[in-house]
Amino acid sequence: MLSVSKLSIRQGEFSLQDITFHIEKGKYAVLMGKTGCGKTTIMEVILGLRKIQSGEILLNGLDISRLKPSERMIGYVPQDGALFSSMDVQSNLGFALRIRKWKKEEMAKRVMELADLLGIDHLLSRKISGLSGGERQRIALGRGLAFYPEFLCLDEPLSALDEPTRDEMYELLLKLKKELNITALHVTHSKKDAKILADQIIKIEDGKIV
Amino acid sequence: MSKGDLSERRKRGFKPKRNWPFILVMGIISSTYILLIVGMMYADLTFTTPGHILEALKSEEIQYATKLSLITCTITMLLSLVVAIPTGYIMTRYNFPGKRLLDAILDIPIILPPLVIGLSLLILFQTAPGRFIESHVRITYTVYSVVIAQFMVACAFAVRTMNVTFSQINSRQEEVALTLGCSKGQAFWMILLPQTKNGILTAGSLAWARALGEFGPILVFSGATRMRTEVLPTTVFLEMSVGNIEAAVAVSLIMIFAGFGVLMVVRYFGNIGFFKTID
Repeated sequence: MLSVSKLSIRQGEFSLQDITFHIEKGKYAVLMGKTGCGKTTIMEVILGLRKIQSGEILLNGLDISRLKPSERMIGYVPQDGALFSSMDVQSNLGFALRIRKWKKEEMAKRVMELADLLGIDHLLSRKISGLSGGERQRIALGRGLAFYPEFLCLDEPLSALDEPTRDEMYELLLKLKKELNITALHVTHSKKDAKILADQIIKIEDGKIV
Repeated sequence: MSKGDLSERRKRGFKPKRNWPFILVMGIISSTYILLIVGMMYADLTFTTPGHILEALKSEEIQYATKLSLITCTITMLLSLVVAIPTGYIMTRYNFPGKRLLDAILDIPIILPPLVIGLSLLILFQTAPGRFIESHVRITYTVYSVVIAQFMVACAFAVRTMNVTFSQINSRQEEVALTLGCSKGQAFWMILLPQTKNGILTAGSLAWARALGEFGPILVFSGATRMRTEVLPTTVFLEMSVGNIEAAVAVSLIMIFAGFGVLMVVRYFGNIGFFKTID
């Protein structure tokens, strides 16, 4: 369970005050709001990429609000994938495991498992350049899930995709939801994303949760 | 659309301006500069003969100067990269008070006249800390001073290049790496640095080329002693000052070929796979 309470964030002119919400274990929450309303900022705060002024973030009972990003155990799928351009697909998928010094065989097994789950077995030895938008998002998902995170953050993961690819990704995300029982926060401005995927919808307007 | 239709349309009114005068003017301006560069080289080449160049290459002093130039330039290049990479990283990835001032300070070696840099170095080594160092290792008028003089200028160019390189790379990949368990250091080595190979190559070659051409600071800080602190630009200066223009031109050509050679090698590695950044 993720609970965010009384979070306040200030960044120059821009500020968010008194942000409070809870996401139950195993629920897929969609955070909605207009462009520039601070959705991504909230996500970055949860990930630890941005500092907060006050408030706290509890993940499964543990206060993570002062932890480094590396200690939070949260998977991150950024908007454009932001795949590691100097590595091939399997190195991207196995990156978190390499950092955790997993044994080679176990790492290979986990990478195969993820590739199977996401339907990207045929891409494993490919370089990142030349992959399609949908393929990139699948790999970004796999990379974020590899280390069994306690929580998953998805930042507009479908906004850059064309219609048919987006429909495929909906199917995939629904499948992951069902099979992995992940707790997730999905940031978007798309009502369709929310309608198809959300167990819970959080709306943000004028710097406040409504 | 057929030809008839097109002229019909033009008759009806609006006729966009032609493109060729614009391209012609742009072309003439840029080719003038290129022509000047090539003209200079050609003049050098016709002024000397292969005999002169061979004679220059045989001279013991010039051999020493060539060797010293190549060695000091390479050391300067490596030192410049060692300094430029962390400096560029800090200056582009962190915000802190006084950053603008530091940024301006980093440009000082680029704006200062080379002679002033040499003089300032000479004075620096007359201060108490400078003299302390000198009492242990002699710096002024030795080979070490050649490297320091070259480094002071070349490094500023390497820093600029690395600044541009790092600032053009979005930090999102590093941020993802942090969430996956990386420390800042791991994210730097494993994610950021591999993306900067081309920038490092450019910074290195720029530093190397600057170091090869450096003369002013070396003359003041290291002197122009034959077989000791004589680098190729010093040779050109010494030969010219005794009226031996042929030898001066021959040495100049050696420098042009060396510089051009390095540039070509860099371009080659920059174009083939393993130094190219993807995306």
